[in-house]
Amino acid sequence: MDYLQHQFERFFVDNGATEWWLTGLKNTLCITLIALIIGVILGFVVAIIRSTYEQTGKLKVLNLITKIYLSIIRGTPSMVQLLIFNFIIFASIALDEIVVGGIAFGINSGAYVAEIVRSGIMSIDKGQTEAGRSLGLDAGQTLKLIIMPQAFKNVLPALINEMIVLLKETAIIGYIGTTDITKASTLVQSRTYSAFVPLISAAIFYWVLVSILTYFMGKLERRMRRSDR
Amino acid sequence: MIDKGEVLIEVQGLEKRFGDNQVLDGITTDIRSGEVVTIIGASGSGKSTFLRSLNLLEIPTGGKILFEGVDITDPKVDINRHRQKIGMVFQQFNLFPHKTVKENIMMAPVTLKLMTPQEASEKADQLLARVGLPDKADAYPGSLSGGQKQRIAIARALAMNPDVMLFDEPTSALDPEMVGEVLEIMKELAQSGMTMVVVTHEMGFAREVSSRVVFIDEGRIQEENAPEEFFGNPKNARLQDFLSKVL
Repeated sequence: MDYLQHQFERFFVDNGATEWWLTGLKNTLCITLIALIIGVILGFVVAIIRSTYEQTGKLKVLNLITKIYLSIIRGTPSMVQLLIFNFIIFASIALDEIVVGGIAFGINSGAYVAEIVRSGIMSIDKGQTEAGRSLGLDAGQTLKLIIMPQAFKNVLPALINEMIVLLKETAIIGYIGTTDITKASTLVQSRTYSAFVPLISAAIFYWVLVSILTYFMGKLERRMRRSDR
Repeated sequence: MIDKGEVLIEVQGLEKRFGDNQVLDGITTDIRSGEVVTIIGASGSGKSTFLRSLNLLEIPTGGKILFEGVDITDPKVDINRHRQKIGMVFQQFNLFPHKTVKENIMMAPVTLKLMTPQEASEKADQLLARVGLPDKADAYPGSLSGGQKQRIAIARALAMNPDVMLFDEPTSALDPEMVGEVLEIMKELAQSGMTMVVVTHEMGFAREVSSRVVFIDEGRIQEENAPEEFFGNPKNARLQDFLSKVL
Protein backbone atom coordinates (compact mmCIF):
# COMPACT_ATOMS: atom_id res chain seq x y z
CA MET A 1 0.00 0.00 0.00
CA ASP A 2 2.82 2.31 0.91
CA TYR A 3 4.51 1.41 -2.33
CA LEU A 4 1.45 2.31 -4.41
CA GLN A 5 1.03 5.61 -2.59
CA HIS A 6 4.65 6.40 -3.08
CA GLN A 7 4.43 5.67 -6.77
CA PHE A 8 1.28 7.75 -7.11
CA GLU A 9 2.97 10.71 -5.44
CA ARG A 10 6.00 10.26 -7.63
CA PHE A 11 4.05 10.53 -10.88
CA PHE A 12 1.10 12.72 -9.93
CA VAL A 13 2.11 14.93 -6.97
CA ASP A 14 5.83 15.53 -6.55
CA ASN A 15 7.76 18.32 -8.27
CA GLY A 16 4.59 20.05 -9.46
CA ALA A 17 3.29 16.97 -11.29
CA THR A 18 -0.30 17.66 -10.17
CA GLU A 19 -0.22 21.08 -11.72
CA TRP A 20 1.19 19.78 -15.00
CA TRP A 21 -1.48 17.15 -15.33
CA LEU A 22 -4.31 19.55 -14.45
CA THR A 23 -2.96 22.26 -16.73
CA GLY A 24 -2.54 19.66 -19.46
CA LEU A 25 -6.12 18.44 -19.11
CA LYS A 26 -7.49 21.98 -19.00
CA ASN A 27 -5.51 23.07 -22.06
CA THR A 28 -6.41 20.01 -24.11
CA LEU A 29 -10.08 20.65 -23.32
CA CYS A 30 -9.87 24.39 -24.04
CA ILE A 31 -8.08 23.96 -27.35
CA THR A 32 -10.49 21.22 -28.42
CA LEU A 33 -13.51 23.30 -27.47
CA ILE A 34 -12.33 26.41 -29.32
CA ALA A 35 -11.39 24.30 -32.35
CA LEU A 36 -14.71 22.43 -32.28
CA ILE A 37 -16.74 25.63 -32.31
CA ILE A 38 -14.67 27.24 -35.07
CA GLY A 39 -14.54 23.98 -37.05
CA VAL A 40 -18.27 23.30 -36.95
CA ILE A 41 -19.29 26.87 -37.83
CA LEU A 42 -16.68 27.15 -40.58
CA GLY A 43 -17.52 23.69 -41.89
CA PHE A 44 -21.24 24.40 -42.16
CA VAL A 45 -20.68 27.75 -43.83
CA VAL A 46 -18.28 26.25 -46.38
CA ALA A 47 -20.60 23.30 -47.02
CA ILE A 48 -23.57 25.60 -47.60
CA ILE A 49 -21.57 27.78 -50.00
CA ARG A 50 -20.34 24.74 -51.92
CA SER A 51 -23.72 23.04 -52.24
CA THR A 52 -25.49 26.29 -53.10
CA TYR A 53 -23.00 26.75 -55.91
CA GLU A 54 -23.42 23.16 -57.07
CA GLN A 55 -27.20 23.40 -57.15
CA THR A 56 -27.78 26.93 -58.41
CA GLY A 57 -24.49 28.24 -59.82
CA LYS A 58 -24.63 31.21 -57.43
CA LEU A 59 -21.81 32.34 -55.06
CA LYS A 60 -19.13 31.69 -57.65
CA VAL A 61 -16.40 33.78 -55.99
CA LEU A 62 -17.10 32.41 -52.50
CA ASN A 63 -17.07 28.90 -53.91
CA LEU A 64 -13.64 29.50 -55.42
CA ILE A 65 -12.32 30.76 -52.08
CA THR A 66 -13.68 27.69 -50.27
CA LYS A 67 -12.06 25.42 -52.86
CA ILE A 68 -8.67 27.04 -52.28
CA TYR A 69 -9.20 26.76 -48.53
CA LEU A 70 -10.06 23.07 -48.74
CA SER A 71 -7.14 22.38 -51.03
CA ILE A 72 -4.57 24.05 -48.76
CA ILE A 73 -5.88 22.59 -45.51
CA ARG A 74 -6.32 19.07 -46.80
CA GLY A 75 -3.09 19.17 -48.77
CA THR A 76 -0.75 20.06 -45.90
CA PRO A 77 -0.03 18.40 -42.54
CA SER A 78 -1.83 19.90 -39.54
CA MET A 79 1.53 19.99 -37.77
CA VAL A 80 2.93 22.36 -40.40
CA GLN A 81 -0.27 24.43 -40.30
CA LEU A 82 0.02 24.79 -36.53
CA LEU A 83 3.63 25.96 -36.79
CA ILE A 84 2.75 28.43 -39.55
CA PHE A 85 -0.08 29.86 -37.46
CA ASN A 86 2.14 30.21 -34.40
CA PHE A 87 5.43 31.34 -35.90
CA ILE A 88 4.24 33.30 -38.96
CA ILE A 89 0.59 34.39 -38.91
CA PHE A 90 0.29 35.16 -35.19
CA ALA A 91 4.02 35.71 -34.63
CA SER A 92 3.72 39.45 -34.02
CA ILE A 93 0.42 39.30 -32.14
CA ALA A 94 0.52 38.57 -28.44
CA LEU A 95 -2.06 35.81 -28.44
CA ASP A 96 -2.24 32.99 -25.93
CA GLU A 97 -0.91 29.76 -27.47
CA ILE A 98 -4.14 28.07 -26.49
CA VAL A 99 -6.11 30.51 -28.61
CA VAL A 100 -3.61 30.18 -31.47
CA GLY A 101 -3.88 26.41 -31.22
CA GLY A 102 -7.68 26.54 -31.06
CA ILE A 103 -7.81 28.71 -34.17
CA ALA A 104 -5.30 26.57 -36.08
CA PHE A 105 -7.04 23.29 -35.23
CA GLY A 106 -10.46 24.87 -35.84
CA ILE A 107 -9.53 26.07 -39.31
CA ASN A 108 -8.06 22.66 -40.01
CA SER A 109 -11.11 20.77 -38.74
CA GLY A 110 -13.47 23.08 -40.65
CA ALA A 111 -12.24 21.69 -43.95
CA TYR A 112 -13.09 18.14 -42.95
CA VAL A 113 -16.40 19.12 -41.37
CA ALA A 114 -17.27 20.99 -44.59
CA GLU A 115 -16.87 17.90 -46.73
CA ILE A 116 -18.79 15.76 -44.26
CA VAL A 117 -21.69 18.22 -44.17
CA ARG A 118 -21.64 18.65 -47.95
CA SER A 119 -21.94 14.89 -48.39
CA GLY A 120 -24.92 15.03 -46.03
CA ILE A 121 -26.62 17.77 -48.03
CA MET A 122 -26.03 15.82 -51.25
CA SER A 123 -27.52 12.68 -49.70
CA ILE A 124 -30.95 14.32 -49.39
CA ASP A 125 -33.31 13.61 -52.27
CA LYS A 126 -33.94 16.49 -54.66
CA GLY A 127 -37.66 15.98 -54.12
CA GLN A 128 -37.30 17.41 -50.61
CA THR A 129 -36.04 20.70 -51.97
CA GLU A 130 -38.75 20.70 -54.63
CA ALA A 131 -41.45 20.05 -52.04
CA GLY A 132 -40.20 22.93 -49.91
CA ARG A 133 -39.88 25.34 -52.81
CA SER A 134 -43.27 24.37 -54.26
CA LEU A 135 -44.87 25.39 -50.95
CA GLY A 136 -43.42 28.87 -51.39
CA LEU A 137 -40.46 28.56 -49.00
CA ASP A 138 -37.34 30.33 -50.25
CA ALA A 139 -34.00 28.59 -50.73
CA GLY A 140 -32.75 29.56 -47.25
CA GLN A 141 -35.88 28.41 -45.44
CA THR A 142 -35.84 25.13 -47.37
CA LEU A 143 -32.19 24.56 -46.46
CA LYS A 144 -32.68 25.42 -42.80
CA LEU A 145 -35.97 23.65 -42.11
CA ILE A 146 -35.93 20.72 -44.51
CA ILE A 147 -32.48 19.85 -45.84
CA MET A 148 -30.14 20.61 -42.93
CA PRO A 149 -31.99 18.72 -40.18
CA GLN A 150 -32.00 15.59 -42.33
CA ALA A 151 -28.45 16.07 -43.57
CA PHE A 152 -27.18 16.66 -40.03
CA LYS A 153 -28.80 13.47 -38.82
CA ASN A 154 -27.24 11.48 -41.66
CA VAL A 155 -23.71 12.76 -41.07
CA LEU A 156 -23.74 12.81 -37.27
CA PRO A 157 -21.68 9.60 -36.96
CA ALA A 158 -19.05 11.03 -39.32
CA LEU A 159 -19.08 14.33 -37.43
CA ILE A 160 -18.58 12.55 -34.12
CA ASN A 161 -15.64 10.76 -35.69
CA GLU A 162 -14.14 14.07 -36.79
CA MET A 163 -14.54 15.47 -33.26
CA ILE A 164 -12.69 12.49 -31.82
CA VAL A 165 -9.89 12.89 -34.35
CA LEU A 166 -9.70 16.59 -33.50
CA LEU A 167 -9.45 15.97 -29.76
CA LYS A 168 -6.57 13.56 -30.24
CA GLU A 169 -4.91 15.70 -32.90
CA THR A 170 -4.42 18.47 -30.31
CA ALA A 171 -1.63 16.31 -28.88
CA ILE A 172 0.81 18.09 -31.21
CA ILE A 173 0.19 21.46 -29.50
CA GLY A 174 3.28 20.79 -27.38
CA TYR A 175 5.37 21.82 -30.38
CA ILE A 176 4.38 25.45 -29.84
CA GLY A 177 5.16 25.22 -26.15
CA THR A 178 1.77 24.63 -24.60
CA THR A 179 1.28 22.09 -21.85
CA ASP A 180 -1.44 19.69 -22.88
CA ILE A 181 -1.97 16.12 -21.71
CA THR A 182 0.79 14.75 -23.91
CA LYS A 183 3.25 17.48 -22.95
CA ALA A 184 2.43 16.95 -19.25
CA SER A 185 3.25 13.29 -19.61
CA THR A 186 6.66 14.01 -21.16
CA LEU A 187 7.41 16.57 -18.43
CA VAL A 188 6.65 14.03 -15.72
CA GLN A 189 8.68 11.47 -17.64
CA SER A 190 11.70 13.77 -17.72
CA ARG A 191 11.55 14.29 -13.94
CA THR A 192 10.96 10.67 -12.97
CA TYR A 193 13.12 8.99 -15.61
CA SER A 194 10.27 6.55 -16.14
CA ALA A 195 8.13 6.32 -19.27
CA PHE A 196 5.52 3.72 -18.43
CA VAL A 197 3.18 5.42 -15.96
CA PRO A 198 3.16 8.91 -17.55
CA LEU A 199 2.48 7.63 -21.07
CA ILE A 200 -0.14 5.10 -20.06
CA SER A 201 -1.78 7.79 -17.92
CA ALA A 202 -1.85 10.17 -20.87
CA ALA A 203 -3.46 7.45 -23.00
CA ILE A 204 -6.08 6.82 -20.31
CA PHE A 205 -6.86 10.54 -20.01
CA TYR A 206 -7.49 10.77 -23.78
CA TRP A 207 -9.53 7.60 -23.74
CA VAL A 208 -11.74 8.91 -20.94
CA LEU A 209 -12.26 12.24 -22.69
CA VAL A 210 -13.15 10.53 -25.97
CA SER A 211 -15.50 8.16 -24.15
CA ILE A 212 -17.33 11.05 -22.51
CA LEU A 213 -17.65 12.81 -25.87
CA THR A 214 -18.86 9.61 -27.53
CA TYR A 215 -21.42 9.03 -24.79
CA PHE A 216 -23.08 12.43 -25.16
CA MET A 217 -22.95 12.37 -28.94
CA GLY A 218 -24.48 8.90 -28.95
CA LYS A 219 -27.34 10.29 -26.88
CA LEU A 220 -27.85 13.12 -29.36
CA GLU A 221 -27.78 10.66 -32.24
CA ARG A 222 -30.44 8.44 -30.68
CA ARG A 223 -32.64 11.45 -30.05
CA MET A 224 -32.37 12.51 -33.67
CA ARG A 225 -33.35 9.04 -34.86
CA ARG A 226 -36.76 9.32 -33.23
CA SER A 227 -38.52 9.95 -36.52
CA ASP A 228 -37.15 6.69 -37.95
CA ARG A 229 -39.30 4.54 -35.73
CA MET B 1 -60.97 36.61 -55.47
CA ILE B 2 -61.07 34.79 -58.78
CA ASP B 3 -64.36 34.24 -60.52
CA LYS B 4 -65.32 30.86 -61.79
CA GLY B 5 -64.28 30.40 -65.38
CA GLU B 6 -61.77 33.23 -65.37
CA VAL B 7 -58.37 32.43 -66.86
CA LEU B 8 -56.05 31.50 -64.01
CA ILE B 9 -52.98 30.33 -65.91
CA GLU B 10 -52.22 31.45 -69.42
CA VAL B 11 -49.46 29.49 -71.12
CA GLN B 12 -48.03 31.08 -74.26
CA GLY B 13 -45.62 29.25 -76.56
CA LEU B 14 -43.88 27.46 -73.68
CA GLU B 15 -40.55 25.89 -74.58
CA LYS B 16 -38.06 23.86 -72.59
CA ARG B 17 -34.81 22.61 -73.93
CA PHE B 18 -32.26 20.42 -72.14
CA GLY B 19 -29.16 20.78 -74.28
CA ASP B 20 -30.13 19.47 -77.70
CA ASN B 21 -33.29 17.88 -76.40
CA GLN B 22 -36.39 19.98 -77.07
CA VAL B 23 -38.76 18.68 -74.40
CA LEU B 24 -41.45 21.33 -74.76
CA ASP B 25 -41.92 22.74 -78.21
CA GLY B 26 -44.35 25.61 -77.97
CA ILE B 27 -47.27 24.83 -75.67
CA THR B 28 -50.14 27.29 -75.58
CA THR B 29 -53.21 26.77 -73.44
CA ASP B 30 -55.34 28.40 -70.77
CA ILE B 31 -56.28 26.93 -67.42
CA ARG B 32 -59.53 28.43 -66.19
CA SER B 33 -60.64 28.71 -62.62
CA GLY B 34 -62.58 25.62 -61.51
CA GLU B 35 -61.32 23.51 -64.39
CA VAL B 36 -59.92 20.04 -63.89
CA VAL B 37 -57.43 19.47 -66.68
CA THR B 38 -55.86 16.06 -67.06
CA ILE B 39 -52.72 15.71 -69.12
CA ILE B 40 -51.93 12.38 -70.68
CA GLY B 41 -49.17 11.18 -72.91
CA ALA B 42 -46.44 8.58 -73.22
CA SER B 43 -43.43 8.77 -70.93
CA GLY B 44 -40.89 11.22 -72.31
CA SER B 45 -43.63 13.21 -74.05
CA GLY B 46 -42.95 16.28 -71.90
CA LYS B 47 -46.14 16.17 -69.83
CA SER B 48 -44.37 16.19 -66.46
CA THR B 49 -41.96 18.89 -67.61
CA PHE B 50 -44.95 20.98 -68.67
CA LEU B 51 -46.59 20.57 -65.26
CA ARG B 52 -43.35 21.34 -63.41
CA SER B 53 -42.92 24.47 -65.52
CA LEU B 54 -46.21 25.85 -64.23
CA ASN B 55 -44.64 26.59 -60.83
CA LEU B 56 -41.17 27.04 -62.27
CA LEU B 57 -39.62 23.90 -60.81
CA GLU B 58 -38.41 23.70 -64.39
CA ILE B 59 -37.30 27.03 -65.79
CA PRO B 60 -38.73 27.42 -69.30
CA THR B 61 -36.29 28.34 -72.07
CA GLY B 62 -38.95 30.13 -74.05
CA GLY B 63 -42.52 31.41 -73.91
CA LYS B 64 -44.52 32.86 -71.06
CA ILE B 65 -46.64 31.68 -68.17
CA LEU B 66 -49.12 34.19 -66.85
CA PHE B 67 -50.41 33.20 -63.43
CA GLU B 68 -53.25 35.42 -62.26
CA GLY B 69 -52.12 37.94 -64.85
CA VAL B 70 -48.44 38.05 -63.82
CA ASP B 71 -45.72 36.62 -66.06
CA ILE B 72 -43.95 34.33 -63.59
CA THR B 73 -41.19 33.49 -66.08
CA ASP B 74 -39.91 37.05 -65.62
CA PRO B 75 -36.78 36.66 -63.42
CA LYS B 76 -37.73 39.84 -61.53
CA VAL B 77 -40.94 38.26 -60.25
CA ASP B 78 -40.89 36.93 -56.67
CA ILE B 79 -41.65 33.34 -57.56
CA ASN B 80 -41.92 32.26 -53.90
CA ARG B 81 -44.97 34.46 -53.45
CA HIS B 82 -46.72 32.92 -56.48
CA ARG B 83 -45.78 29.38 -55.53
CA GLN B 84 -47.71 29.88 -52.30
CA LYS B 85 -50.84 29.93 -54.45
CA ILE B 86 -49.86 26.91 -56.57
CA GLY B 87 -50.08 23.65 -54.64
CA MET B 88 -48.12 20.69 -55.90
CA VAL B 89 -48.37 16.96 -55.28
CA PHE B 90 -45.51 14.73 -56.37
CA GLN B 91 -45.28 11.16 -57.57
CA GLN B 92 -42.83 10.34 -54.76
CA PHE B 93 -44.91 12.24 -52.11
CA ASN B 94 -41.83 14.10 -50.81
CA LEU B 95 -43.12 14.38 -47.28
CA PHE B 96 -40.56 15.69 -44.79
CA PRO B 97 -39.48 12.53 -42.96
CA HIS B 98 -38.06 14.35 -39.93
CA LYS B 99 -41.38 16.05 -39.16
CA THR B 100 -44.63 14.57 -37.92
CA VAL B 101 -47.62 14.53 -40.24
CA LYS B 102 -49.09 17.59 -38.56
CA GLU B 103 -45.77 19.45 -38.65
CA ASN B 104 -45.53 18.65 -42.36
CA ILE B 105 -48.86 20.36 -42.93
CA MET B 106 -48.20 23.32 -40.63
CA MET B 107 -44.63 24.10 -41.66
CA ALA B 108 -45.15 26.31 -44.71
CA PRO B 109 -48.08 28.47 -43.53
CA VAL B 110 -46.40 29.09 -40.16
CA THR B 111 -42.91 29.73 -41.57
CA LEU B 112 -44.30 32.14 -44.14
CA LYS B 113 -46.34 33.85 -41.40
CA LEU B 114 -49.60 33.30 -43.25
CA MET B 115 -51.11 31.70 -40.15
CA THR B 116 -50.36 31.65 -36.45
CA PRO B 117 -49.34 28.21 -35.14
CA GLN B 118 -52.78 28.04 -33.55
CA GLU B 119 -54.58 28.72 -36.85
CA ALA B 120 -52.31 26.34 -38.74
CA SER B 121 -52.96 23.63 -36.17
CA GLU B 122 -56.72 24.00 -36.60
CA LYS B 123 -56.33 24.03 -40.37
CA ALA B 124 -54.20 20.88 -40.17
CA ASP B 125 -56.84 19.12 -38.09
CA GLN B 126 -59.54 20.05 -40.61
CA LEU B 127 -57.42 18.84 -43.51
CA LEU B 128 -56.49 15.59 -41.78
CA ALA B 129 -60.19 14.95 -41.25
CA ARG B 130 -60.83 15.79 -44.88
CA VAL B 131 -58.27 13.24 -46.14
CA GLY B 132 -59.52 10.71 -43.59
CA LEU B 133 -56.39 10.48 -41.46
CA PRO B 134 -57.15 12.41 -38.25
CA ASP B 135 -55.47 9.73 -36.15
CA LYS B 136 -52.13 10.14 -37.93
CA ALA B 137 -51.41 13.70 -36.79
CA ASP B 138 -48.45 12.75 -34.61
CA ALA B 139 -47.14 9.90 -36.75
CA TYR B 140 -43.95 10.24 -38.76
CA PRO B 141 -44.22 9.74 -42.53
CA GLY B 142 -42.02 6.65 -42.34
CA SER B 143 -44.80 4.74 -40.60
CA LEU B 144 -47.44 5.47 -43.27
CA SER B 145 -48.46 3.52 -46.34
CA GLY B 146 -47.98 5.04 -49.78
CA GLY B 147 -51.63 5.93 -50.11
CA GLN B 148 -51.63 7.60 -46.70
CA LYS B 149 -48.47 9.52 -47.56
CA GLN B 150 -50.04 10.87 -50.71
CA ARG B 151 -53.19 11.91 -48.87
CA ILE B 152 -51.01 13.79 -46.36
CA ALA B 153 -49.10 15.39 -49.25
CA ILE B 154 -52.41 16.62 -50.66
CA ALA B 155 -53.37 17.99 -47.23
CA ARG B 156 -49.99 19.71 -46.95
CA ALA B 157 -50.48 21.46 -50.28
CA LEU B 158 -54.04 22.45 -49.38
CA ALA B 159 -52.87 24.05 -46.13
CA MET B 160 -51.57 26.97 -48.18
CA ASN B 161 -55.08 27.65 -49.54
CA PRO B 162 -53.82 27.42 -53.12
CA ASP B 163 -55.74 28.76 -56.12
CA VAL B 164 -54.67 25.79 -58.21
CA MET B 165 -53.34 22.31 -57.47
CA LEU B 166 -50.81 20.54 -59.69
CA PHE B 167 -50.60 16.74 -59.51
CA ASP B 168 -47.56 15.04 -61.03
CA GLU B 169 -48.55 11.38 -61.53
CA PRO B 170 -49.90 11.21 -57.97
CA THR B 171 -50.80 7.53 -58.10
CA SER B 172 -47.94 6.13 -60.19
CA ALA B 173 -45.78 5.15 -57.21
CA LEU B 174 -48.62 3.49 -55.31
CA ASP B 175 -49.50 -0.13 -54.88
CA PRO B 176 -52.66 -0.84 -56.91
CA GLU B 177 -54.90 -1.25 -53.88
CA MET B 178 -54.03 2.26 -52.70
CA VAL B 179 -54.73 4.10 -55.94
CA GLY B 180 -58.44 4.31 -55.22
CA GLU B 181 -58.18 6.15 -51.89
CA VAL B 182 -56.01 8.88 -53.43
CA LEU B 183 -58.21 9.27 -56.51
CA GLU B 184 -61.22 9.53 -54.22
CA ILE B 185 -59.67 12.49 -52.37
CA MET B 186 -58.81 14.11 -55.69
CA LYS B 187 -62.33 13.60 -56.94
CA GLU B 188 -63.79 15.26 -53.85
CA LEU B 189 -61.34 18.10 -54.31
CA ALA B 190 -62.46 18.54 -57.91
CA GLN B 191 -66.10 18.53 -56.86
CA SER B 192 -65.38 21.23 -54.29
CA GLY B 193 -64.43 23.52 -57.17
CA MET B 194 -60.64 23.40 -56.90
CA THR B 195 -58.76 24.19 -60.11
CA MET B 196 -56.59 21.18 -60.85
CA VAL B 197 -54.00 20.19 -63.41
CA VAL B 198 -53.30 16.48 -63.25
CA VAL B 199 -50.67 14.48 -65.09
CA THR B 200 -51.84 10.90 -64.86
CA HIS B 201 -52.10 7.47 -66.41
CA GLU B 202 -55.47 6.91 -64.77
CA MET B 203 -57.79 7.05 -67.77
CA GLY B 204 -60.81 6.37 -65.59
CA PHE B 205 -60.09 9.50 -63.58
CA ALA B 206 -59.47 11.53 -66.73
CA ARG B 207 -62.79 10.40 -68.19
CA GLU B 208 -64.93 10.79 -65.09
CA VAL B 209 -63.55 13.76 -63.23
CA SER B 210 -61.82 16.08 -65.65
CA SER B 211 -63.45 18.89 -67.54
CA ARG B 212 -60.80 18.76 -70.24
CA VAL B 213 -58.20 16.22 -71.33
CA VAL B 214 -54.96 17.26 -72.97
CA PHE B 215 -52.76 14.91 -74.98
CA ILE B 216 -49.11 15.91 -75.17
CA ASP B 217 -46.67 14.25 -77.52
CA GLU B 218 -43.22 15.36 -78.64
CA GLY B 219 -43.52 18.47 -76.51
CA ARG B 220 -46.71 19.76 -78.11
CA ILE B 221 -50.39 19.61 -77.37
CA GLN B 222 -51.67 17.24 -80.04
CA GLU B 223 -55.28 17.27 -78.98
CA GLU B 224 -57.42 18.68 -76.18
CA ASN B 225 -61.09 18.24 -75.63
CA ALA B 226 -63.87 17.46 -73.20
CA PRO B 227 -63.47 13.85 -72.02
CA GLU B 228 -66.47 12.34 -73.88
CA GLU B 229 -65.27 13.68 -77.21
CA PHE B 230 -61.60 13.09 -76.38
CA PHE B 231 -62.04 9.41 -75.60
CA GLY B 232 -65.08 8.77 -77.81
CA ASN B 233 -63.85 10.40 -80.96
CA PRO B 234 -60.09 11.02 -80.94
CA LYS B 235 -58.92 12.76 -84.13
CA ASN B 236 -55.15 12.83 -83.80
CA ALA B 237 -53.48 9.69 -85.13
CA ARG B 238 -50.93 9.55 -82.32
CA LEU B 239 -53.70 9.90 -79.75
CA GLN B 240 -55.66 7.09 -81.38
CA ASP B 241 -52.56 4.94 -81.23
CA PHE B 242 -51.86 5.91 -77.60
CA LEU B 243 -55.45 5.24 -76.50
CA SER B 244 -55.49 1.89 -78.24
CA LYS B 245 -52.53 0.86 -76.09
CA VAL B 246 -53.72 2.13 -72.73
CA LEU B 247 -57.46 1.50 -72.83
